[in-house]
Amino acid sequence: MSDEKQHIVPYSTFVVVLVALLALTFASIGITSIELGGLTVAAALIFAIAKTYLVLAYFMHIKYDKPYIGIMVGLIFLLFLAVVIITFLDYFYRV
Amino acid sequence: MEKTHQAHHEHYDPEASKIGMWLFIFTELLLFGAMFIIYSVYRYLNPEAFHLAGEELNTLIGAINTVILLVSSMTIAMSTSAIRKGNIWLTQQLLAITLVLALVFLVNKYFEWGSKFSHGIFPGSEYMLANYSQGEILFFGLYFVMTGLHAVHILVGMGLIIWTMIEVRQKKIHQEKYDLLENSGLYWHLVDIIWIFLFPLFYLIH
Repeated sequence: MSDEKQHIVPYSTFVVVLVALLALTFASIGITSIELGGLTVAAALIFAIAKTYLVLAYFMHIKYDKPYIGIMVGLIFLLFLAVVIITFLDYFYRV
Repeated sequence: MEKTHQAHHEHYDPEASKIGMWLFIFTELLLFGAMFIIYSVYRYLNPEAFHLAGEELNTLIGAINTVILLVSSMTIAMSTSAIRKGNIWLTQQLLAITLVLALVFLVNKYFEWGSKFSHGIFPGSEYMLANYSQGEILFFGLYFVMTGLHAVHILVGMGLIIWTMIEVRQKKIHQEKYDLLENSGLYWHLVDIIWIFLFPLFYLIH
């Protein structure tokens, strides 16, 4: 690690990411205020996932770290998704 | 004196330190993940009640707190760049701004919870048992537990930031060794990510 060339993220990158995060926040407030029925939940979650990606990649440095950290984070989200799907399979098919 | 100081840090391994933090963050993600699943299931079982109860939350105060946390995440991320450039002064300023923003978040939370309490909305309230449906009581129960646990994480994050600032001041954190600063930053971003999901689920989806 020490002999590697480490990347120092410029301040401007963080400012751009913050602007994007704020834009996504206001977009999600806007889109959920429209009556979309069941799509509202999906829209809100898509915006939240996009924001999480930005925080993980830039603020949490995953984009510049060795790839295995990002892979592990991805696996955790897959594990979470699997538990969600199994839970809801149970609730959907309960008689 | 300087020699022993060097020898003490001989086994300093920033990558191992970071991995340890990430493993801890995974456990935190799964802790909150379990709560999000409980929320989803109850929402699925009580769609109307969750819809009604969600409208009682103040979207504006939620949005303000979202902006506060996003900005604070940026400032602590910048502090890592600052220490790596050797700018101790800027590192401390950025950490101080992060700390103040965290405090403002909690003050907002205090007033938000306070106004709910004064309307008789709190866990175990007789008023809620008499006037609210079971689904609405569930919604507010989850709201208090999840935002409350999140607020506890804000407090822990503030403690970490203060600890980091002390070590920067003592020159234990510097250009060549900044793992505590980096790990405090990771923790703070985790707190931010959890809020990124709490905000739409409680304040936006009606």
